[in-house]
Amino acid sequence: MALDWLKTEIEQQFDEALDPELWESIRNMEAGQNEYGYDPFGFEPEFLKYVNPFALWFYRKYFRTEVADIDNVPHTGRVMLISNHSGQVAIDGMMLACSMLFDMKPPRMARSMVEHWVPTIPFVSTFMARAGQVVGTRENARILLQRGGCLSVFPEGVRGISKTYDNAYNMVDFGLGFMRLALETDTPIVPVGIVGGEEQMPSIYNFKTLAKALGMPAFPITPAMLLLGPVGALPMPVKYRIYFGEPMTFEGKPDDEDRVIRAKVQRVQNAIGGLIERGLKERGGEYF
Amino acid sequence: MSRRKQRKERVIITGVGGRLGRALTRRLHRKAEVIGIDRRSVSHMPKDVAIETADIRRRRFEDVFRRERIDAVIHLNIMHNPRQSSEQHHDFNIVGTKKVFELCAEHRVPKVVVLSSANVYGPDPKNPQFLKEDAPLMGGQHFGAIRDLIALDMFCNTFFWRHPEIETVILRPVHIVGQVDNAPSRYLRLDRPMTLLGFDPMVQLIHVEDVISAIERAMTPGIRGVYNIAGPTPVPLSLVLDGLERKPRPVPEALLKTLLKMGWSTKLSDWPWPEIDHIKYVCMVDDEAARTELGFEHEYAIEDIIEEIRTRPL
Repeated sequence: MALDWLKTEIEQQFDEALDPELWESIRNMEAGQNEYGYDPFGFEPEFLKYVNPFALWFYRKYFRTEVADIDNVPHTGRVMLISNHSGQVAIDGMMLACSMLFDMKPPRMARSMVEHWVPTIPFVSTFMARAGQVVGTRENARILLQRGGCLSVFPEGVRGISKTYDNAYNMVDFGLGFMRLALETDTPIVPVGIVGGEEQMPSIYNFKTLAKALGMPAFPITPAMLLLGPVGALPMPVKYRIYFGEPMTFEGKPDDEDRVIRAKVQRVQNAIGGLIERGLKERGGEYF
Repeated sequence: MSRRKQRKERVIITGVGGRLGRALTRRLHRKAEVIGIDRRSVSHMPKDVAIETADIRRRRFEDVFRRERIDAVIHLNIMHNPRQSSEQHHDFNIVGTKKVFELCAEHRVPKVVVLSSANVYGPDPKNPQFLKEDAPLMGGQHFGAIRDLIALDMFCNTFFWRHPEIETVILRPVHIVGQVDNAPSRYLRLDRPMTLLGFDPMVQLIHVEDVISAIERAMTPGIRGVYNIAGPTPVPLSLVLDGLERKPRPVPEALLKTLLKMGWSTKLSDWPWPEIDHIKYVCMVDDEAARTELGFEHEYAIEDIIEEIRTRPL
C-alpha cells in the first residue's frame, strides 16, 4: 500500500520534472521503437523520464554546456558522431547525448556502446538497455546503423579518456574500426570536438599498478583528490563546449589495408582537431 | 501415369505424437499423405493419417521407406527431457537423426526438414542483439543438456553438404509457445513465475502455428539451408508477464540458482538451473533470410500469444 503510494508519488515527480513541451518531443522521437515502445535493443524513450531530470541538471546547471552548429547533424537516417574522448570518466559521452536530446530540434537519440560485462550486472543491465545503450559488438553497431540510427563513437577509447593532463587535447591515434563500419554501411560521419572534459579531472599521474590490481583501465590521481580525498574524485564543474563539424562521407572498400583506412581516419581526426582548436580559442582562459 | 503425377505428396513426420507433431499433421493431412512415426502411442489423429508405432532407430522404421516412395521427411523426433541422461539424449537424438538421414539418402527422398532451435546459439552477454544463421552455436558452453541438439544441428549441416541432391532445411525457431509442452510455454503459464532480480532481457516468442507455417514454407521445392525463424517483434520479458497479469517473484541470481539446484535434486522442480540464462541474457535471432527466401510471415502477434497462454491451459 505505502509502497504503491510512494511509487505513484515518485512517478508524478518525474512526470513534472521536465518542461512538458521538451518531454513531449523526447518521448515521441523516432528511435526505431515498435508498437510497444521498445526498440530491439530494449531502448524505451518513455524510460528517459527517469534519467532526463538528472541529465538536464548536469547538462545545464553543473556543466553549463554550450553547443555550436548542432544543425550539422542530419535529422534522419544513419549517422555516426565521432568525437574526442577525455576526462577520466565518460561524462563527455553523456553530455553529447544530452545535447542531442535537449538542444537538437526535434531531438534525436545518440546511442553509444557499452562493455560486454554491462549486461551481466543486475539492474545496471536493464537500466542501460532502457536508456538506449547497446552492447559493443561490431554486429550490433551494424544493426543499429542499418536501422537508421545515430551512433556516437569515441575512437580513442580508454587510452584517450585516461591520458594525463600534460597531454590535454592531444588526441591519441584513433582506432580504425569506425571507419571500416562507416564504409561498409555507407554512413556519414559528423566530427565532434568536445572542450572542457580535460579539466573536470585533470590527472597528474596514472597509478597503473593500483589500476591493474583493481581491474580498472586507469587509476588517475588528481590535485583535487590529493587535497580533498574521496570528494575530490568527483568531476569539477567545468564548462563543456560541444562543436559539431560538417558531415563527412567516405568511399572505398571497408576491408582495405590499414594504411588506406588510416588516411581516411586521419581526415576525421584532423577535422576534430580543428573543432577543438576553435573551442580552445573561443574559451580563452575560462575553464568554469 | 497422369494419376501418379496428381497424387498427393507423401510426407513422413517423425515424432508425430508430440503436440507439435499433432498440430503439424492437422495442417498437412488435407494437402499431403501423412505417415506419422512415433515410438509412443499416438492418439487424436485425423483418420486419413497412417500411424506407424516404431522407434526411428529400429528396422520397422526402414520398412516405411521400402514400402512406398517418400517425397519428404519432417524430422521432429527430437527428445528434450531434462530428467533423462545425456547418454539417452545422444543415443536417441543423434543416432536417430543419423538413421533418418541414411534412409533418406538411400531411398532418395528429395526433401528433409529438421526442427532445431534458436537455443543452439545460447543466451550470452556478448551476443549481438540479433544472431544470424552463421553465428557460432555456443548454447552448450553453460548448459550441457543442449549439447546433443547442437551436435544434431551440426550433423544436419554436414549432411546438407554431403548430399547436395537432397534439399535439407534446418529451422531454428525462437521460443515456441502456445499448445506445446516446452520450457517457455510452461514458464509463461506459471502463476507466480520467478524472475531474476535486476534483469529483464528482450525476448522473441513465436506461436506454434507460425512454426508450422514455417515448416510448410520449408517444404517448397528449391528451398534448402539453415533458417532462423522468429515471430513478432521482440519485447522485454516483463511486458509479456504483465500482459499475462502474472505476479513475478524477482529473486537474486545466487538465491535462484540455489533454489533451482535444491528443487532439482529433491525432484520438486524440473528446471535445470543453467536455463536461467534465458531470463537473464538475450538470445534473439535475425530471421531476415526466412522472410525473404522462404517468404515466411508470422500471423500471431504478441497480444495473440498472450491471449492464448492466458486462456488455454496446457
